Amino acid sequence: MLTRMLEFSRAMRDAGVPVAVSENLDALRALAHVPSEDKDAFKAALAATMVKSEAHRKAFDTLFDLYWRTGRGAEAVEEQERFDAPPDGGDPDDQQQEYLEDLFRTLLGGDASAIREAARMAVSRFGRVEAAQSGSPYFQYRVFRAVDLDSLLARLMQDAVEGRALTPLEERMWRDEFEQRLRAFREEVEADVRRRLAEHRGAAQVAKHTVRPLPEDLDFVRATRDEIVELRRAIRPLARRLATRLAMKRRAANRGRLDVRATVRHSLSTGGVPFDTRYRHKAPHRPELFMVCDISGSVAAFARFTLMFVHAFQAQFSRVRSFVFVDHLDEVTHLFANEDFLVAVDRMNQEADVVRFDGHSDYGNSLERFWRDYGSSIGPRTSVVILGDARNNYRASASWVIKAIGQKARRVYWLNPEPINYWDTGDSIAADYARHASGMFEVRNLRQLEEFIERVI
Amino acid sequence: MRFESVQDVVARLATAGYLADEAIATVVFLADRLDKPVLVEGPAGTGKTELAKAVATILGDPLIRLQCYEGVDETKALYEWNYKKQLLRIQAGQDEGWDAISGDIFSDEFLLERPVLKAIRSEESVVLLIDEIDKMDFEGEALLLEVLSDFQVSIPELGTLKARQIPFVVLTSNNSRELSEALKRRCLYLYLDYPDVDREKAIVLERVPEINATLADQVVRLVRSIRALELKKAPSVAETIDWARTLLHLGVTELDAASAQNTLTALLKFQTDVEKVVAHLKIPPRPGNN
Repeated sequence: MLTRMLEFSRAMRDAGVPVAVSENLDALRALAHVPSEDKDAFKAALAATMVKSEAHRKAFDTLFDLYWRTGRGAEAVEEQERFDAPPDGGDPDDQQQEYLEDLFRTLLGGDASAIREAARMAVSRFGRVEAAQSGSPYFQYRVFRAVDLDSLLARLMQDAVEGRALTPLEERMWRDEFEQRLRAFREEVEADVRRRLAEHRGAAQVAKHTVRPLPEDLDFVRATRDEIVELRRAIRPLARRLATRLAMKRRAANRGRLDVRATVRHSLSTGGVPFDTRYRHKAPHRPELFMVCDISGSVAAFARFTLMFVHAFQAQFSRVRSFVFVDHLDEVTHLFANEDFLVAVDRMNQEADVVRFDGHSDYGNSLERFWRDYGSSIGPRTSVVILGDARNNYRASASWVIKAIGQKARRVYWLNPEPINYWDTGDSIAADYARHASGMFEVRNLRQLEEFIERVI
Repeated sequence: MRFESVQDVVARLATAGYLADEAIATVVFLADRLDKPVLVEGPAGTGKTELAKAVATILGDPLIRLQCYEGVDETKALYEWNYKKQLLRIQAGQDEGWDAISGDIFSDEFLLERPVLKAIRSEESVVLLIDEIDKMDFEGEALLLEVLSDFQVSIPELGTLKARQIPFVVLTSNNSRELSEALKRRCLYLYLDYPDVDREKAIVLERVPEINATLADQVVRLVRSIRALELKKAPSVAETIDWARTLLHLGVTELDAASAQNTLTALLKFQTDVEKVVAHLKIPPRPGNN
């Protein structure tokens, strides 16, 4: 039990969840108070003592599953599989049909434990790769090839209410409900596959490969669709937090230093006794931010993310202007003033004039255009942030623009979504630009972004 | 030992009108057994403050509350010297020597207790609620660390005041900033998200007993669907209840598109949100699962 516990907290740390020694001790103390056979209370006790942020919860759930819901050994899995197997001699296609029919009824019923059972059954029957010599013997994609969730959803929607068509409102509610059940089914399948793997190869092995990075460590370029949604949720509080912190800084700075001259002069009205002290306030620094984003195909994933950030930032700060480019540059500040991010992106795709030539990034042309059209509005308070991978398709770099901006603006920063060791390989001309910028930073996840902003603003 | 078991917590919280699931109850139970504070985080309107109140109710203990805001310091959270009284004391005893007075004016009699000190110095057991701790600035947080880990307050002039009993401490946060690791380490952590459909339905039925089950079911399902959208302000549990009440007063027994649309303002606080939801309820298809 103790060893398992220590292995578990090591796995948590490997996944990036900070578990302090004292928290480990708390967890052990907590376990003494919950009945050991009650898995839910057990889990709640571990969660309360070891996980101190909602963002870490998902990693915890996955790891808990691997470490505390397994341990019966590979034979037990085989046993389970024999138990779940359809009776011998039937036609496999018929049996699959039969299973799908059962699954359909289960989903229509919506009982959580029945759905879990069905998921286990599905993995037993369809998830196995027979001739697997090395690697994992179970695959969830095989399950979802046999069980098509989309057609199930369509059927469920048809049968939701008998005998008549749904009103739009009902349709909405039932669709959400069924999607929820299907999601539960899918997650159960994924968890079951992981558990079986863990029985075969040990929890630690599986943990290393299956636990997705925490939202703040997630590589923008590799994020899946669900993770992007998660990222978007994380970004808004991030922008708000940064805004609060900046406001606090500003207020703290505004206390000012004692102004001796003003104090003495003012003390004349009280006969030379300095009753009131006077302070010299610093002029508030109102940062002005120009964000210039590459939105070409090569950085599509990153671009979507940067746009989210531009959008969140623009909502928090008053003086932000945003520009996007591919081989031509256009201003999109007015589009991102819209509240809804997706609407903003939609309109940007339709209205922004960014492709004039072939749709491959052309930093040279775009930068020159930026300088020509907007260079005059750059002042000593402006910070310019350029976001892009500096892959210029072997075109002219126009790096003199960066230099010129740098002389006029407060700072020019370049955020690059590529790992540092890819810079200057192939058609990347990162160094050419970095030479003139105040700094070029690798920004591949939220953590790096937060660090950058904190250091800079 | 305030509670016997996790089930005991669930049952007793229910008598105070607070429907807790097992995760919530386990944390409350452990907080009592391990003598640790509970840090409750989550979106607005999910019953964080309510939890502290409910715990106070079922224990029959007074609730001492510290409402945090930027600029809370030790004179507002912990203690303050009653300097007016101290001045009077000095004036009253002008003939006495300084030694006699100085020992005297820094004594219990001249100490003003603020919520946190009051909670640990109370003779009977109390529930201490430190509300919206994320609104407090970073330095203020550090003031609380000693109390949270050792249940004591050090006053330079007076020495260390230990707790007479260990209060049940609840801290709440809306997550508007990241709290320090030191604070989190000292607490048990509970994330209160919006309740799932079944629990929210139970809450609606509890708070609006006259409502029929079908309507309650439809209401919470629709609210869940609405929460999945990106809104300026997602509806809280309190707003779900308000909405259910509104529908009830209008004599609606089954939700349809018209009645939903007409009453959405009870649920949503921004016009843009209302528009978005109306559109959402009309456009069914979304991308599939695979």
